[in-house]
Amino acid sequence: MDIIRLDRVIPQIFANKEKLSGDIWGKEFSFERGKRYLINASSGTGKSTLCSYLYGQRGDYQGTILFDNNDISNLSTNQWCEIRQQSISHLFQDLKLFGELTALQNVEIKNNITHSKSQAEILALFEELGIADKIDTRIDRISFGQQQRVALIRALCQPYSFLLLDEPISHLDDANSEIMRAIIEQDAQTKGAGIIATSIGKHINFDYDLCLNL
Amino acid sequence: MSKSITLIWQLLRKHISIFELTIFFITNLIGMVVILAGVQIYSDLKPILSGDEAIIGNDYVVVTHPVTRVGINTTSFSTNDIEELQNQEFVNSVGRFTSSQFEVNGSILFGGRRLSTMLFFESIPDEFIDATPDSWGFAEGNTTIPIILPRNYLNLYNFGFSSTQKLPQITEAMVKSVSLGIELSGNGHTDEFVGRVAGFSDRINTILVPDAFMSWANRHYANVTTESPTRLILEVANPSDPSLLEFLEANNYVLESKPAESGKALFILKVCVAIIVVIGVIFSLLSIIILTLSIHLLLQKNITKLETLTLIGYTPNRVAMPYNALTIALNGSILILSLVAVFVAQNIYSNYLSQLDGITISTSPAASFVVGIALTVLITALNIFVINHKIKEISRKR
Repeated sequence: MDIIRLDRVIPQIFANKEKLSGDIWGKEFSFERGKRYLINASSGTGKSTLCSYLYGQRGDYQGTILFDNNDISNLSTNQWCEIRQQSISHLFQDLKLFGELTALQNVEIKNNITHSKSQAEILALFEELGIADKIDTRIDRISFGQQQRVALIRALCQPYSFLLLDEPISHLDDANSEIMRAIIEQDAQTKGAGIIATSIGKHINFDYDLCLNL
Repeated sequence: MSKSITLIWQLLRKHISIFELTIFFITNLIGMVVILAGVQIYSDLKPILSGDEAIIGNDYVVVTHPVTRVGINTTSFSTNDIEELQNQEFVNSVGRFTSSQFEVNGSILFGGRRLSTMLFFESIPDEFIDATPDSWGFAEGNTTIPIILPRNYLNLYNFGFSSTQKLPQITEAMVKSVSLGIELSGNGHTDEFVGRVAGFSDRINTILVPDAFMSWANRHYANVTTESPTRLILEVANPSDPSLLEFLEANNYVLESKPAESGKALFILKVCVAIIVVIGVIFSLLSIIILTLSIHLLLQKNITKLETLTLIGYTPNRVAMPYNALTIALNGSILILSLVAVFVAQNIYSNYLSQLDGITISTSPAASFVVGIALTVLITALNIFVINHKIKEISRKR
């Protein structure tokens, strides 16, 4: 997948708003593979909503979203599963980890279907992100910041053309944010992927091609 | 693959209610055992009730002309009468009673004295005899004549005569071991034969000899080849058929005995089996409803996890896999257990039946195997359909 096109997309809850400022809602806009985008906006303007549209979680919008000229409203559940395994990876704002599994199992449950990384690569990532001692700890026993890093590792365990990062460093200090940036940078570069990151102020420090407002 | 199933299983087994699954397991097991036992009993007993060796089944009735006055009555059936009977829809086949047209003198050694009496023989075609003994048959030159006696003759002696006269009761085996002296005479011949009781009949109320013997003896001692029979035995599907009774009345024929109740046995068996199977089906339906509800509830409780699994790229089919595996394991063990139960039950009732004289049933569990596997496949397919449908519904929710 090389391009995501948004053609006058408006969330249904904003449909009655007379004037929509911002660069995306109601406009024509394209995300291109290989580029980095920062979507900067205050809360309640639809950052996560946009992510959930692009990830097929929600479809409550007007207008059209196209993946390489294919209208995504026509995609079947299995096609979405395929996209979620191969084309788009999503670091959810609410992480969507499984509380009863350990940190490592949370990563494995994804890697088991994509077979994208080796056990050693996964352990190396835990090491780099400073949570190697937590691999066998249940995810609901560690802090949100640590969980965010586990969720990142899981998000990287698949091929992708676009990486959606929904407030990825909301609970990380600057040092850890930097480590995370470097890891993502390298992984995305290897895959030639585009990055779409959202932020409400504190944003991950990529060399962005475009900063957008919602 | 198996690793991912293990992890999903670890994730999704939470909320599985052992209680609900146990209830499902027990009800479905009961349902399955009842259905399979019903099917097995039916398939085991049907041949006995309807086959060639049926103890009951196709019914036989004996018809005669009425004896209306003292003296000689015209009581024989003409060839036309017989043909007309044969052409009736409710008559499967017609057998003629052939009577001996020669003198028969029977004698027996009893307490050192020879008791002798005049006798008569009758024969009917072999296929009308309820239990053809092994030694049944006759070829010219044989000196032994097999005889079938009505069982009620023996009963009459044992329960009516001997007990009041302080005489010993005798068994069927004893009677079978006794040789009777038979003297046949007529047409200028007189010959000695040995008579042996080869069996007892519940159906035919006469002293029966093989048809082959009778036609030879009538030719030899009476120079008669065919004789208009005075009694006919009819094989009918339903002795209570009104059209049969109307026909007999219209032709002024008399049924020698009331239609035997036995013909209704197959019908009663069918009704009983139907009731049993219906009960089994109700149990199974209930159990399927319980399992379906239980799975729905389970999926509902795990809905967030199921959604998340599909969000990280799990296809609905893959998510459904552990639940499907659970259903297959449950239904598979129910099938095995119920087949074992039916097999044990079959052994018990076939042993019981084999203690009754002359009844052997096949102990092939094929019927319950086939039906059991078919039902299990059906139930499992239904369960899997429900699971997959529900999971698709969850993952489609946007």
